[in-house]
Amino acid sequence: MSQDVSPPPPSVTETERDELRRQGILLTSLQELYTWGNSHSVWPLNFGLACCAIEMIAASMAKFDIARFGSEVFRPSPRQADLLIVSGTVTKKMAPQVIRLWNQMPEPKYCIAMGACAISGGPFKQGYNVLKGIDRFIPVDIYIPGCPPRPEALLHGLVQLQKKIQGFKLTGPDAPRHLRDDQPCNCPVPEFGEHDLEPPANPAVWTAPPAIVRKD
Amino acid sequence: METPAEIRDRLLARFPGAEISVVTNPGIAAQHSLLLGAAHARAIAEFLRDDPTLRLDQCSNVTGIDWPEKEIVETTNISTPDPANPAAPPTVVEQKTNRLQPGFLEVVYHLYSITHRHGPVIFRLRTGNRTDQATVPSLTPVWRSCEFQEREVFDLFGVTFVGHPDLRRILMWDEFKDHPMRRDYVEPDDYEWEPTPHGAVLEKTKAHYPTPPTPAAVAPVKAAAP
Repeated sequence: MSQDVSPPPPSVTETERDELRRQGILLTSLQELYTWGNSHSVWPLNFGLACCAIEMIAASMAKFDIARFGSEVFRPSPRQADLLIVSGTVTKKMAPQVIRLWNQMPEPKYCIAMGACAISGGPFKQGYNVLKGIDRFIPVDIYIPGCPPRPEALLHGLVQLQKKIQGFKLTGPDAPRHLRDDQPCNCPVPEFGEHDLEPPANPAVWTAPPAIVRKD
Repeated sequence: METPAEIRDRLLARFPGAEISVVTNPGIAAQHSLLLGAAHARAIAEFLRDDPTLRLDQCSNVTGIDWPEKEIVETTNISTPDPANPAAPPTVVEQKTNRLQPGFLEVVYHLYSITHRHGPVIFRLRTGNRTDQATVPSLTPVWRSCEFQEREVFDLFGVTFVGHPDLRRILMWDEFKDHPMRRDYVEPDDYEWEPTPHGAVLEKTKAHYPTPPTPAAVAPVKAAAP
């Protein structure tokens, strides 16, 4: 992992903290408290598209139990959800509805692209109705590869998201999208064109991968 | 259950003048099918559903096939004997004629009987051509399960079903203009780089991304002496 997602080093050392905690005094910072609450109560939206949704359901059931990570309930309404787990192939016909759901979610909101189809179109990438990855239109925080990824992989992705949230700064240019005034939280919804979606991608969120010259 | 030939004979006795023929399937499964003309298709379908021996009450599958127009080259050898020397071998002239076999769209129905537990009986309907005469009668009034499947064939092949209660696209959006399962469908150009392209995708890679440097530009590597 190239990105450092651990919380910032505190000004009080851990030994001093332990000493104080033994005396009954809890020392923390506003950033730690805020991100602790934010990361440990991420409620997903009741949203599954294809086969990866079955693995997401399995992760929410007794054996793997996503509730012990804070995702206690899957909210049926996007107005009450924090996390959009895009699980399954996103067809071009369904893509505007996914983006509308994303727009209806209030900030702070996060997106996990679960499975190969949500990341890049997956095994059906050359299909006539397949969107080559949901990150063409909405900003994705965590990508979980797999076809489908096991429920443990989804839980690992959720833990990675929690670590990412715990690394958020509350102020300054490094603050996340929902704590800044200059970044929009809505993504434009594409129209149905005659041969493809109009526009085929959101340029603010996605650019084509760079050209790589092959040796052969 | 009756063979397709026997069903054809019974249908011709019941509907004299109808266009019915057997299309043999050379595969191992030997699922031969009946080719029906559009004029009597609806009446024949009702007969197949209501006949006490067949009672084909379930239409389990409706699918489409695109037969594009084909150029057929026929070679004929004309041998003319030499009039001066009859014992000599005749001169053989090869003559090639090109003809264009027109294309059409085909709709294939698979029928089963739940009452008698037999099947499948397969029949095909063909359109006039692939452009302005791409219509066949709809069999949704006969079997309700054809409703969505005929919509799929309309969406992906462009076959118009006359008499369908709600003929609109089902998999693609309504504003879409093409018919994706036709042989001449060109998909939109939204290619992005892939790690191991091959086949048709490799052609797109070469069109989108620059060509690699030629071997002369690369310094030759001398083999190490053992």
